[in-house]
Amino acid sequence: MAGAVSNLGRRSANITDAVSEPFLVRWGLIAVALIFLALFLVIPLIAVFKEAFSKGVEVYFASIREPDAWAAVKLTLLAAAIAVPLNVIFGISAAWAITKFRFRGKQVLITLIDLPFAVSPVVAGLIYVLLFGTKGWLGPWLGEHDIKIIFAVPGIVLATIFVTFPFVARELIPLMEEQGTSYEEAALTLGASGWQTFWKVTLPSIKWGLLYGIILCNARAMGEFGAVSVVSGHIRGQTNTLPLHIEILYNEYQFAAAFAAASLLAGLALVTLAVKSFLEWQHVRDREKAARAAAQQE
Amino acid sequence: MNTAVGLGSGTSDQVFEGSTERFSLRETMSIEVKNIQKKFGEFKALDDVSLDFPTGELVALLGPSGCGKTTLLRIIAGLETPDAGIVQFHGEDATHVHVRQRKVGFVFQHYALFRHMTVFDNVAFGLTVRPRDKRPSKKEIAERVHELLRLVQLDWLADRYPDQLSGGQRQRIALARALAVEPKVLLLDEPFGALDAKVRKDLRRWLRRLHDELHITSIFVTHDQEEAMEVADRIVVLNKGKIEQIGTPDEVYNNPATPFVYDFIGQVNLFHSRVQQGWAHIGDIKLPAPEHNEVHDQAAVTYVRPHDIELQAGPGEGFIPATVDSISTAGAVLRIELRHSLGDNIIHVELPRSQERLLDLRPGAQVYARPTNSKVFLQG
Amino acid sequence: MRSIRKPSVIPGFGLSLGFAAFYASLIVFIPLAALFAKSFTLTWDEFWKTVLHPQAIASYKLSLGASFIGACINLVFGFIVAWVLVRYQFFGKKVVDALVDLPFALPTAVAGIALTTLYAPQGWIGQFLSPLGIKVAYAPLGVVVALTFIGLPFVVRTVQPVLEELEKEIEEAAASLGAGRWATFRRILFPALLPALLTGFALAFARAVGEYGSVVFISGNMPYKTEITPLLIVTKLEQYNYAGAAALAVVLLTFSFVLLLLINILQHWSSKRAGG
Repeated sequence: MAGAVSNLGRRSANITDAVSEPFLVRWGLIAVALIFLALFLVIPLIAVFKEAFSKGVEVYFASIREPDAWAAVKLTLLAAAIAVPLNVIFGISAAWAITKFRFRGKQVLITLIDLPFAVSPVVAGLIYVLLFGTKGWLGPWLGEHDIKIIFAVPGIVLATIFVTFPFVARELIPLMEEQGTSYEEAALTLGASGWQTFWKVTLPSIKWGLLYGIILCNARAMGEFGAVSVVSGHIRGQTNTLPLHIEILYNEYQFAAAFAAASLLAGLALVTLAVKSFLEWQHVRDREKAARAAAQQE
Repeated sequence: MNTAVGLGSGTSDQVFEGSTERFSLRETMSIEVKNIQKKFGEFKALDDVSLDFPTGELVALLGPSGCGKTTLLRIIAGLETPDAGIVQFHGEDATHVHVRQRKVGFVFQHYALFRHMTVFDNVAFGLTVRPRDKRPSKKEIAERVHELLRLVQLDWLADRYPDQLSGGQRQRIALARALAVEPKVLLLDEPFGALDAKVRKDLRRWLRRLHDELHITSIFVTHDQEEAMEVADRIVVLNKGKIEQIGTPDEVYNNPATPFVYDFIGQVNLFHSRVQQGWAHIGDIKLPAPEHNEVHDQAAVTYVRPHDIELQAGPGEGFIPATVDSISTAGAVLRIELRHSLGDNIIHVELPRSQERLLDLRPGAQVYARPTNSKVFLQG
Repeated sequence: MRSIRKPSVIPGFGLSLGFAAFYASLIVFIPLAALFAKSFTLTWDEFWKTVLHPQAIASYKLSLGASFIGACINLVFGFIVAWVLVRYQFFGKKVVDALVDLPFALPTAVAGIALTTLYAPQGWIGQFLSPLGIKVAYAPLGVVVALTFIGLPFVVRTVQPVLEELEKEIEEAAASLGAGRWATFRRILFPALLPALLTGFALAFARAVGEYGSVVFISGNMPYKTEITPLLIVTKLEQYNYAGAAALAVVLLTFSFVLLLLINILQHWSSKRAGG
C-alpha cells in the first residue's frame, strides 16, 4: 500500500507533463492569443495617441483647451457626478434589500436591474425621447411649464443613469450574498442601531466591491455615446459630452482634434483598467490571506 | 421553575446599567420559553417547545442537524421571531423585545468577527455603539477591553486582525466581544463546530472553567454528544422540532427517555424482541424488562450499550453464542465485533483491556455474550 | 409590508426596497413601458409595414449577421485567450489580462474612430488589405470588425473562471487512463467548458446587436448596405418618426429579451453543471 502511494508521487512529474501541451502547441497558442489581442486592442489604442499627436503637441493642447472641448469635458463630468452617486445609492439599497431579506417579487427586481444591459443604447435614449420629447407623453406638459429635458442636460443625465444603472448593484449583490447576514446580526446583538450597523460593519466590508462597481460605472458614464447622442441634440458648447464632441470633430475632418479629445477618454479607460486590476489583486490577496489564516489553525 | 421570582425589571435594569462590578451572579437571569412554534415554509422547525433554563446553568441544546436547535437559540436571542409562543427573561415577556435591547451575548458559529477591525475594536464594538450618554469614556472602554482580553488569555493579540488569528483564538475573541456588553445570558451557536479535534477539546474545558468563574446563564448548540456530555450542566435533546429529553449528562446517558436518545447518545446495539410480562425475549434468551410487567406479547426494541455486555469462553445461562468478527486494540478499550445466531446484525462490545489476557478474541474465535444492562422500548 | 416579506431582525427593509423599487420604476420600468405604449399607437398594419420594410429587413440582416460572425470570432479566439491566460506562464501576462477588458472601459466612440482610421484604405492596416481587394471600413466587414472589438471580453471572462475552477486531477485521471491530450480535451475539457462558452457567445452576440457608437464611424451608414438597426432607429427619430422608431426598438428589445432569457437558461445550466 505504502509502496504504491510513494510510486504515484514519484511518477507525478510525468503526469504533469501528460496534462500539458507540447512546447510548440503551447507557444503557438500564446502567439495566436497575443496577435489577436494586439490586432484588436493594442493597435487601436496606439492609433488613438498617435493620431492625437500627429499635428504636434501644440495642436494637441490647443484642441483640448478650445472652449467647446472644455464645455464638453465639464458636461461629461457633471453627468457622471450626478449619475454615479445616484446609482451608488440605488445599488446599495437594492443589494441590501435583495441580500438581507426574503420577500416576494425579489426576482422581478433582479431582472429589472439586469434589463439596461440588454437594451441597446439607442433604445435607452429613445425611451426618454418618447417620454419627455416635444411629441412625447409628458412633452406638452413640460412645454407649458418651460421645462426642457430632451436636447438638454437633464436628458443627458437620465440617459447616462440608465446605461450605468446596473453596475454597482451587479457588483454588490453577489458580494453581499456571500457575506450573509451574520455580521449584521452580530452588530445588532451587540446593541448597534441599523445605521451604525450599516456604516460601521456593512459598508467597510463591501468597500472594495463598491469601489470596483463605481469605477466601472464611472467609465461607462463618461464614455457613453449612443444613448446620450439620441437625447442630446448636439448643441455645441451646451449639450455635447466629450464622446459627442469627438464625433462632431471627426465628421468635420478635424482628425487631430478628434483624437486629442479621444485620447483623454482613452487615458481614462487605461486608468480605469489599472484601478480595476489593482482592486482585483487586492481581492485575491485578501482571499489568500483569509485562506492561509484558516489553513494554519493550529 | 423560576417564574416565581418575578423581579421588578425596572430596578434590576438600573442596577445593571450602573453596576461597576464586572461579572456577578445577580446580573444573569433565567430564561423560559413557552409553546414555541416556528415554520420555514412547510418545514416545522420547532413544534410546541417549552423549556426552562435556570439561572447560572450551562445548558446544551443537542440534536442532529435540522432538529431546530439553532432556530431555538436564535429565537431566544431575538434574531428570529417565533410564529407562536413566548420567550421570558426572568419571568418577563421578551418575545417582542428587539435583539438590540435583549442584552444577550451571541457567539456565532463562524464567529462573525468584523474583518476590517482589530481584535481590540471588535471587542470594543458593543461599547462604542452605545448612545453618547450611556457610552463609557475611551479610557474606560480600553480598560474593559483589556480586562476581557486577559479573561480569554489573548491580551497580546489586541492589535491583530481576525484574519491573522487561528480558529481557536477567533472563537475566544468572539466570546470576549459578546461578554463586553455585559449580557444577561450567553448564547453560543455550535461554538466549536469549525475547529479541529484537538483545539475543540481544549476549548471545551476552557469554556467550562470560564462558566464556573462567571456563572452566566449560558445555552450552547451542538450536534456532538460528547461535547454536550463534557461541558453542560444539563442537556436538552431535540429531534424534529420536539424535545426528546431534558436531563443531566448522567441521566441522559444512563436513562435515555426515548429510543431516539438511546440511539443518538453513545453507541448502541439494537435487538428486535417481543415483550412478555416483564421479560424481553430475543430468540432463546430473555432479558428483564420490569417496567413492562403488564404487557402481553408485544413487539419491542431492546437497546444494549457496548460496554454493558460481558463475554466468557464457555456457554452459560442467558449467554448468546457468537464468533469474533474483528477486534480493534487501538485505544483505551477493546472494541470487538461479534457475529451471532440471533440475527444478521453485528454486536459491538467494549471491554477493558485486561480482558485481552483472559479470553481468546482472535477473529473466528467462539465466545459467549450476555447483556448485563438493557433498556426495552415497546413498538407501535 | 409584513405580508410580502419574511420577518427579519435586520433593519432597513422598507427604506432600501422602497427606494430601490421607486428608482428602478422611474429610470427603467416606466420609460420602457412608454416605449411599448408608443409603438401601439400604430395600427397593426402600420406596425408590420414599418418593421418589415425592406430597409428594416436589410438592417436586421446586417445587425444579426455581423453580430453573429463577430461572436463566432470571439468564441474561437476568446477561448484561446482564456486558455492561454489560465494555463500558461509568459512575460506580461498580468498586463494582457487587464487589457482584455479594454472594450468595456474604452468609450465606443473612441473605439469607432480608432478602428476606422486603422482600416480605412490608407490606414495602418487598411493599406495592406486594399491591394488584395478587401474593403473593411465603409463596408459590412467593418461592422464585423467593430462588433468583434465590442464583444471581445465576454467569452474570455465567462470561460476564464470556469477553466480556473476545473480540477487538474480530472485531466490527470484521464491521462492515467490512457487518454491522449487531444482526446482529453475533446471528451473531458470541452464538454465542461461548453456552457460557459455558449454563455459568453450569447453575451457577446447580445451586446453586438444593440451596439451603435463604434459601428456608425466604420460602417459608412449606407441604407440597405451598411446600415445597422440601431442606426435606422436614430434616422427615424431624426425624421421625427417617433412611432416608427418605437416599432423598430420593440423588435430590437424583443430580440434582446429572448437572448437574455437564453443566457439565463445557459447560466442556470452551467451553474447546475458546476454544482453537480
